[in-house]
Amino acid sequence: MELVLDNKVLEFVSDFKKPETISKVRKQALDALNGMDFPTTRVEDWKYTRVGKYVKKKYKQVQATANVEDYTIADLNAHQLVFVNGYYDESLSTIKEDDAISVHKIEELDEEYYSDIVDGTSENVFSLINKAYQTGGVFIQVKKNKKANFPIHFLHVLEGEEVIANARHFVHMETGSKAEVVATYHSNNSENSFTNVVLEGHVESNASLTINKLQSEAKNVFHISNELFVQDESSNFLINTITTGALMTRNGLEVIVEGENCHTEMNGAYLGTEKQHMDNHTLIDQLYSNCTSSESYKGVMDGKSVGVFNGKVIVRQDAQKIAAYQSNKNILLSKTASVNSKPELEIYADDVRCSHGSTIGELDEDAIFYLRARGISAASAKQLLVAGFIGDVLDKVENEALRTNIDELFLNDFGWKF
Amino acid sequence: MLTIKNLHASVEEGQEILKGLNLEVKAGEVHAIMGPNGSGKSTLASVLAGKDGYEVTEGSVDFDGVDLLDLEAEDRAKEGMFLAFQYPVEIPGVSNVNFLRTAMNEIREYRNEDKMSAKDFLAKVKEASNLVELDNKLASRAVNVGFSGGEKKRNEIFQMAMLEPKLAILDETDSGLDIDALRIVSEGVNKLRSKDNAVILITHYQRLLEYIKPDFVHVLSAGKIIKTGGKELALELEEKGYDWINEEIAQ
Repeated sequence: MELVLDNKVLEFVSDFKKPETISKVRKQALDALNGMDFPTTRVEDWKYTRVGKYVKKKYKQVQATANVEDYTIADLNAHQLVFVNGYYDESLSTIKEDDAISVHKIEELDEEYYSDIVDGTSENVFSLINKAYQTGGVFIQVKKNKKANFPIHFLHVLEGEEVIANARHFVHMETGSKAEVVATYHSNNSENSFTNVVLEGHVESNASLTINKLQSEAKNVFHISNELFVQDESSNFLINTITTGALMTRNGLEVIVEGENCHTEMNGAYLGTEKQHMDNHTLIDQLYSNCTSSESYKGVMDGKSVGVFNGKVIVRQDAQKIAAYQSNKNILLSKTASVNSKPELEIYADDVRCSHGSTIGELDEDAIFYLRARGISAASAKQLLVAGFIGDVLDKVENEALRTNIDELFLNDFGWKF
Repeated sequence: MLTIKNLHASVEEGQEILKGLNLEVKAGEVHAIMGPNGSGKSTLASVLAGKDGYEVTEGSVDFDGVDLLDLEAEDRAKEGMFLAFQYPVEIPGVSNVNFLRTAMNEIREYRNEDKMSAKDFLAKVKEASNLVELDNKLASRAVNVGFSGGEKKRNEIFQMAMLEPKLAILDETDSGLDIDALRIVSEGVNKLRSKDNAVILITHYQRLLEYIKPDFVHVLSAGKIIKTGGKELALELEEKGYDWINEEIAQ
């Protein structure tokens, strides 16, 4: 029987390879996609980010190889897991001797356990496309009361034009464990290609997970990520999201805090030029008492770039004594750049300390003159001020090798020294 | 060192502030420029330092053989001019030493000199901060952020000591200083004086001139220097106010 393709989502996925085995998760995602459409700007969550023209295009799922040396981070000394166009490439990956972690293919994730964990969390059309058509990824377990001996580097490369990379990962932090994930995203000759990644995880009680995400894909690709984490009591979760790449980026990040005494921290730096669009969409859902969360996103937008920040913190009725802090600050370097900032607090409990703030401004002309009057050129003065503005977010990246890599990226991309 | 001839300058909105100002400053001299509010003192400082927002409509400024008005603000600093700000700007996230290192490196590059070594730089930071009794910790903090009024002014002189300018213009450096801070700042400036450099003190009050002895005192009024004298002129101004000069000239 010929399927009539009047559904844009089904049209979008029509050339994707049908998975060989239909797992429960795939089946649910496939079923859900049948009745879905891509969001328009009439949908509140996508008000400032228009995906229409990107989802009208066709993408292919093709395996490829990549020159990984171009993307490795010097001195990171990490387990390096390589994903090219969304396919896990074991031959390019290096897993070190480490009794604290085990690395599996995503297919080996226990679906019963998984469904239990993510029960009740929100999905969107992109995360569902990923889960229905994912081509690979890893499931990491960090063992009980152990600390991973090395950072775990998820190295993603888009290779070639008009490809879609549907990598899917899950990180399971067992009770009392600790680990750092470094997720980097790169591209090569990849005009009109699409990263559509899902990274999920479960941080069990007393466990601590740090994620440093660095996305520096070329300014002709599209990047949508859905990151979802569930925290159990007394756990720590920290993510630093640094975005300089892609023509259109949507970082969807959601943390459900399902236990008392947790700390959740999200920091982000986004630096846009030309016609880049960068959207950070975050949610922290506080369900239990005595938790703290801190969120700080800073943007520097030049050219005709557009920044979007939509961060929401929900404090449920039973979640008392929550301290939640949220801040989004932006600097526009040109008259044609813009930022849409929408911080949101939804509080149902009555004994909480929450604050949020948002600023959009320009570089301080008086400060530029002050620096110039000391002999610093206008260009260096602006660079010093930008570095001073965004530096405290970058300082959240404690991994020195990665920080050096970020500094080099900024120097090469923008001529900015930190 | 500095020769200002018939300087006319307006703010961008069009109002003329400086109306034919003449001034000659030689190496080794200290000049005080006094005058009532709105006479053009700070405009003069801003125009000399190259701040945007002012238009020079007539006249010339020669700085050691260079046409000063032709230079960008940063190049004026590189040529050896220094402005101590009336209101030092707070710059969050940029540390004092980091910014001074950048400045000194750019200045040395401009003058085709070698970069200063980290060791020499830090030694100089120590020396300069001792000069104005500025806590070493302040040197590594963000520029002027959380500094008291007095600390901000001391920080200006600290920067002056680091950059060793040929000509320093101190714009109302005494304002907002208590008597101790005034003494510290003045002693700092006095120690930096030499036969090769010059200082222009822009001030409202005579009290700074008790600590930094000027060779010349000029009275600025309505955009022009209307009277020049020795340091005794400052005392006379303090006693009689500015009006008597206008009256004297009217006669």
